[in-house]
Amino acid sequence: MGKTVSEKILARSSGMEEVSAGEIVKANVDVAMMPDLTTILAVNAMKAMGAERVWDREKVVIILDHVAPASTLMAATVHRDIRRFAREQGLKHLYDVESGVCHQVLPEKGHVKPGALVIGADSHTCTHGAFGAFATGVGSTDMGAILATGKTWLKVPETIKVDIEGTMPEYVAPKDLILYIIGVIGADGATYNAVEFAGSTISEMSVSGRMTLCNMAIEMGGKAGIVEPDEKTFCFLRERTDGVLSPVHTDNDADYRKTLKLEVSDLEPQVACPHKVDNVKPLSEVAGTRIDQAFIGSCTNGRLEDLRAAASILRGRKVHRDVRLLVVPSSREVYMNALDEGIIQELVKSGAMFSNPSCGACFGGHIGLLAPGEVGLTTSNRNFKGRQGSPEADVYLASPAVTAASAVAGTITDPREMG
Amino acid sequence: MTEMRIDGRVWKFGDDVNTDLIIPGKYLEMVDPKEMAQHAMEGIDPDFPRKVRKGDIIIGGTNFGCGSSREHAPLALKYVGIDAVIAESFARIFYRNAINIGLPAFECSGIADSVSEGDRMEIDTTKGKISNKTTGEELSFVPLPEFLVEVLGDGGLVTYIRNHLNEW
Repeated sequence: MGKTVSEKILARSSGMEEVSAGEIVKANVDVAMMPDLTTILAVNAMKAMGAERVWDREKVVIILDHVAPASTLMAATVHRDIRRFAREQGLKHLYDVESGVCHQVLPEKGHVKPGALVIGADSHTCTHGAFGAFATGVGSTDMGAILATGKTWLKVPETIKVDIEGTMPEYVAPKDLILYIIGVIGADGATYNAVEFAGSTISEMSVSGRMTLCNMAIEMGGKAGIVEPDEKTFCFLRERTDGVLSPVHTDNDADYRKTLKLEVSDLEPQVACPHKVDNVKPLSEVAGTRIDQAFIGSCTNGRLEDLRAAASILRGRKVHRDVRLLVVPSSREVYMNALDEGIIQELVKSGAMFSNPSCGACFGGHIGLLAPGEVGLTTSNRNFKGRQGSPEADVYLASPAVTAASAVAGTITDPREMG
Repeated sequence: MTEMRIDGRVWKFGDDVNTDLIIPGKYLEMVDPKEMAQHAMEGIDPDFPRKVRKGDIIIGGTNFGCGSSREHAPLALKYVGIDAVIAESFARIFYRNAINIGLPAFECSGIADSVSEGDRMEIDTTKGKISNKTTGEELSFVPLPEFLVEVLGDGGLVTYIRNHLNEW
């Protein structure tokens, strides 16, 4: 029986000839990534375990992103303590508050390679499967053990294959596709599984779109999302990584838990409705829902391609007077490129406000909260009750184009009907 | 194998209890679990920390703990006094985090329909038996694998790794 890309990566990282789904392996971690709000707990765990120093100062990456820049004394203290820790340990890679959202910065700065085992102390670490890495999120104590030893135990996951064919219609985006898939599989339908995205639609899809798909694997319980690396992957990574790329591919006769076949030529824009990510409906069923705030950003949809999609809708139009449109590029690089392309000027002219790269608006942090009774439409990844402020607010998830069109109309609107 | 018996009063929650409900994102700057505990289950019942008593047990439905990797979620539950979480099923990261910080978590099929809030129940973790002392009903579950029992017996992964640092 052949092996999946996930089985092959976990075999290599645990020094085994081969491993199969269900086995528990002790794996060597290639990259250990921590965002600001989970780092201190991990560092405390590492020290309590009896380790004074991290196992490899070049493999630990810390990114200060969730509360960036600090908006409270508590956050400022957390950041100060992280900077001190990084200095004491001589860590090679600390990205400070100006850098951006961890899942955007990590691949941009060349830390993600095909075939690598990437572990992050953040649930959306599954994003990095877009580059053919096996990437998964853990809590702070697991991360503490990794900092101390460089190793972690993992159960080799079964894989659900999503085989996707066809060209998506204009204004229908990877976000619509992943929301549709989550609606089909359910919020826990992929628990403990890797979700492998394949087919001609994926081959044609940009790296940015693949990141959007893999990013949301966790929203169906997935341990990892993964796309086999190809020329597009290498093209993105070539100028960013100095190390050797060792891509791993799935065998033709690999064993999948199940395969979901999709044809997307007629896919409609999708919306995840309150308060669960798998409460997904075609946009037409919720069109006309009034919104108070629209947010374009996050590790799911804050990349250049997403800002371009928003600008293509907002160009020459105005944000509705009853709507606040908040745009947050997901990294400094995205920010700079959007400036160079004139996208930011266009969006601001249309009435959008810009904030520096951070996670704040996605997780109910330091910016863009919703009041009781308000409705938010967002390109981020979770619409849980209370996620973006009040538990009495409603949050809907959609693509950047849908969010931009709705910001103009004041209600949830299909971008294809903007005329 | 470490033997463990847990005896407590039940608090019942539904399906898909996510980590934002267990502890909202605005508290993630906290590093002291006792502070986190004051906000346990705030997204569902802000009075929960005042109502709960040490040794109580949480019963959940499917996909308990879905969402973020924040260890603040199991820490808040443990430090507010919860001795165990039993659910139809758990989200992967929450489950791992719970065991790692020494909060016993067990999957038990049928649990959600067979207990009511306020019931008193006893868990025999070694045998995988749950007795509802209020109704007399008994349920069984697959006990944890030996490795995880050891981790829990040590009070969590920190002590476990400290004891086994050279083997890793």
